[in-house]
Amino acid sequence: MTEMSYLDGNMLDGPMRELFTVDLSSAMGRCENCGTTGSMASLHVYSHAPGLVARCPSCEEVMVRLVRGPDRAWLDMRGTTYLQVPMPMEQTFPGPL
Amino acid sequence: MGIVSPGFQGRPRTQEPALPPGQYLTEDFPVLSAGPTPRVSLDTWEFVISAENGSEHRWSWQELMALPQETPMVDIHCVTRWSKLGTNWQGVSLDTLLADVDTGAHFALAHSYGGYTTNLPLDDLRGGQAWVVHTFDGAPLPAEHGGPARLLVPHLYFWKSAKWVRGLRLKTMDEPGFWETAGYHDYGDPWREQRYQGD
Ligand SMILES: [Zn+2]
Repeated sequence: MTEMSYLDGNMLDGPMRELFTVDLSSAMGRCENCGTTGSMASLHVYSHAPGLVARCPSCEEVMVRLVRGPDRAWLDMRGTTYLQVPMPMEQTFPGPL
Repeated sequence: MGIVSPGFQGRPRTQEPALPPGQYLTEDFPVLSAGPTPRVSLDTWEFVISAENGSEHRWSWQELMALPQETPMVDIHCVTRWSKLGTNWQGVSLDTLLADVDTGAHFALAHSYGGYTTNLPLDDLRGGQAWVVHTFDGAPLPAEHGGPARLLVPHLYFWKSAKWVRGLRLKTMDEPGFWETAGYHDYGDPWREQRYQGD
């Protein structure tokens, strides 16, 4: 039996860059706390704060936190189980290796 | 209402600039909030200190008000760069609240109605440096500013002064809170400009 192989995180660069250039407001997200799935555009965003805090419109739990320093940013999405992002039909991710 | 001991003067500023680096002075009191404002009834309000051994010390609103009261006048510094000088508060010193708590913990995680958390070294809550305050400028602390009661730890950036504070969990290991897990500095000393991780 052979060991499971993996690639280093550099391979994420291409696929993730494709993701992070999409318009997030067209994406759907699932709340980790209550399971509600809906448009990211429907989140309640609190911006009078040290960072942006986006909350689930159903349960008010935090789904996204974005902190912007002068030369760095932090994105915390532990409250979001997944993002569903519309993609062009032709471009597909690499299949299972 | 307990005894009011007036005359707390805050940190002496004679030898120092009035503002920490990168801060500007405001006369307003900006409202910052990471979520909906919790509305907490005084009938059900409580403040709980839980020690690392599981023991709990609990105060109702009436019990808090019966403790010796202090009136700190302090400068406050928000990490979003505004500072407000000479703010007037009334509340109970954490020295008073921690007096009967048997603990060997070095850290505290403050937690609030509404779910907010922030972490501090326990030493920074002692020695006349921190209060649970319920009155601002002589009036009950408005909900948008953290009422019924908030933490006041003016020597650190104001995000450490948790609004709607509900209690402290004392810990042997440091556990970062709401902003500290999202890029902000673990300690947050405004005079050393500790805004973000690694500053
Ligand atoms: Zn939810």
